[in-house]
Amino acid sequence: MKEILSGNEAIARGAFEAGVKVASAYPGTPSTEILENIVNYKEIDASWAPNEKVALEVAIGASFGGGRSIACMKHVGVNVAADPLFTLSYTGVGGGLVLVVADDPEMHSSQDEQDSRNYARFAKVPMLEPADSQECKDFTRLAFEISEQFDTPVMLRSCTRISHGKSIVELGEPATGLPTPKLVKNPAKLVMLPGNARVRHPFVEERLLKLADYGRTAAVNRVEMRDTELGIVTAGVSYQYVREVFPNASVLKLGMVYPLPMDLIREFASKVTKLIVVEELDAFIEDQVKAAGISVTGKEAIPLCGELTPGRLRAAFGIPGAPQVTVENLPGRPPNMCPGCPHRGVFFTLNQLKAYVTGDIGCYTLGFMPPLNAMDTCVCMGASISSASGIVRVLSDEEKKKVVAVIGDSTFLHTGVNSLMEMAYNKAPATVVILDNRITAMTGRQDNPASGWTLMDDSTNAVDLVQLCTALGIRHVRVVDPLDLDQTRAALQEEMNRPEPSVIITNRPCVLVKREGVFQKGLVLSVDQDHCTGCKACLKIGCPAIEWIPAPDGKKGKAKIDPLLCNGCDVCRQLCKFNAIGRAQ
Amino acid sequence: MSDTITNILLVGVGGQGILLASEILSEAFMLAGFDVKKSEIHGMSQRGGSVVSHVRYGKEVHSPIVPEGEGDILFGFELMETYRYLPLLRKGGTVVANDLRISPPSVLLGQASYPDDLPDRIRALFPDFLLVDGQHLAAEAGNVRAANTVLLGAVAKQLDIPDECWHKALERMVPPKALDVNRKAFQLGRAL
Repeated sequence: MKEILSGNEAIARGAFEAGVKVASAYPGTPSTEILENIVNYKEIDASWAPNEKVALEVAIGASFGGGRSIACMKHVGVNVAADPLFTLSYTGVGGGLVLVVADDPEMHSSQDEQDSRNYARFAKVPMLEPADSQECKDFTRLAFEISEQFDTPVMLRSCTRISHGKSIVELGEPATGLPTPKLVKNPAKLVMLPGNARVRHPFVEERLLKLADYGRTAAVNRVEMRDTELGIVTAGVSYQYVREVFPNASVLKLGMVYPLPMDLIREFASKVTKLIVVEELDAFIEDQVKAAGISVTGKEAIPLCGELTPGRLRAAFGIPGAPQVTVENLPGRPPNMCPGCPHRGVFFTLNQLKAYVTGDIGCYTLGFMPPLNAMDTCVCMGASISSASGIVRVLSDEEKKKVVAVIGDSTFLHTGVNSLMEMAYNKAPATVVILDNRITAMTGRQDNPASGWTLMDDSTNAVDLVQLCTALGIRHVRVVDPLDLDQTRAALQEEMNRPEPSVIITNRPCVLVKREGVFQKGLVLSVDQDHCTGCKACLKIGCPAIEWIPAPDGKKGKAKIDPLLCNGCDVCRQLCKFNAIGRAQ
Repeated sequence: MSDTITNILLVGVGGQGILLASEILSEAFMLAGFDVKKSEIHGMSQRGGSVVSHVRYGKEVHSPIVPEGEGDILFGFELMETYRYLPLLRKGGTVVANDLRISPPSVLLGQASYPDDLPDRIRALFPDFLLVDGQHLAAEAGNVRAANTVLLGAVAKQLDIPDECWHKALERMVPPKALDVNRKAFQLGRAL
């Protein structure tokens, strides 16, 4: 049977067909939908973990117990999971273990651009890279076979265009005859203290040689001989651009990007007049090919930054593309926090108080945008609290008062807890705001340990954030309603002035969370045009429902609220000094 | 089957149903026996941001994104976004757009204005431009939110895909309770 699947859906299908027992992940674009689709296969125990390190460790446990397991994350998640990954390379696996990593070239939704192939080389584990949804499914199955055959975790690398691209997939039957998981004691292999690990390192090196030998003949690496004038070594989505731009060239299409089958590459190189490597981001293949003494070009022409497109590939090799029309500049359309978003009033208040805001990763990172302009730093998940803790160490007593860390509930539980522990322990006098909207909103509303629901949609224990912060040693923890501007401002002012660590937790769920009603249904605000003086105070919160309507003479104007967009959060009403905003009739 | 690949772009603002429309299109192409690939960006650029979805079909499709300047049909859900993505189209390509304006943040704040001559600017570059009153026709079909399906019908008219493929694709991709409205919306678009 044929279906159109996204790469992520196909990876989920591949996991099902491979007989996976356990799947764990932390959501992150573009990887999120893998687990959201795996959960549809009732045979698999799928769950969200608080972070990627934990997700991988859950998969490791299941593998040690003899079950096939999968952990999924985005590229920056591997940084978090790197610690167990490197040792897992030494222990090897019980049941097959696959770590799926989705890179985000072009940073469509990420804070940096990482080429995860480097992690495969660094951790000395094989990496497969599919080029369409069919390969996503097939390579996922294959990855489990390789994992068990070579006693290694296998990384499967996707990228935004593969994960979120859709193409036709021929579905297969699930694997049968897999062993039943059970406890097997093997401390020499699974207890990585120095004496045991020293024995495993030579195994890891030898395994790489065997994998490279496997890659020489395996069908996953494929030579397509066409015109021998030009030969191209490529992998993943780049293969598709190569086929589009150079339809007549011979291609060595690598499905296993680490370790490289250098004999195969050498043989291919000998059959073509000119050899190039086409790859996104780093010169990962190219550098190794050059180091093997094979003459090749690639990054001299192809950009190191951003994703490839057929057009960029053409430009790199001076091939003229189709003529394009030019259009005049238009106002940009950046993403925005939703109408009624509970974060908006907090950022407005932080701006008013001239706070120095150390931010974090989530929807609320948009608080840096005008007109809120209330975020000054943003590095990685959890860094808001620790950077606040660090910056106050170098500031005067007066400036220390301005430092506020903001972090979402999911991000707080991801790695913010460690940072808050540090802040409490070292008594760093900064204020932390936990924007608790009861969900991991940015990636599409996934539940987390504080939301009270599992991925399987069962109700569960919810972390009590107040008690958790208290237990970490924060003496001043308070809860505020972020839609009440006076209350929010008073709480922030008081805690910012306090010369010790404190936490403010906001208590309104995301407007898109269906389980909990945030606002009274049908409560929509409107601007009384007779009372509106055109002072623009309400525009300062940047709500998409409020629009400035210039007067015909072009001099003055008035605000207007779009009733279809307004969620009735009431924040704008609190800003209007002329009582011009009220409930719509 | 010829070797020609048809390149379709769906553009608009995050939250307008662009993903669903491109899924219905892709499904119809697969049902008609073509290879099909679809690609779009979502995540941070989802809510309120500028969105473009690429759908390509033919005997064999390689790149999941439409090569720059090779789009055959641009299917606009919002006027400004329609104009923004015109450079992706080939010369003589087809533009079908919804007559809808959604103000971006700078316009809401009164710092920029929404150009009022966009239909003229689009027509100057692509004379066959079809402007559709999608909201109005969707309301006629029973739900103003079905404007995406009205546009889909208008685009379907330009493509040589058997009727039953469109109907089956709608059935598969649209939730059952919204199916009747969407069928009507599709027909209204198709009749334009």
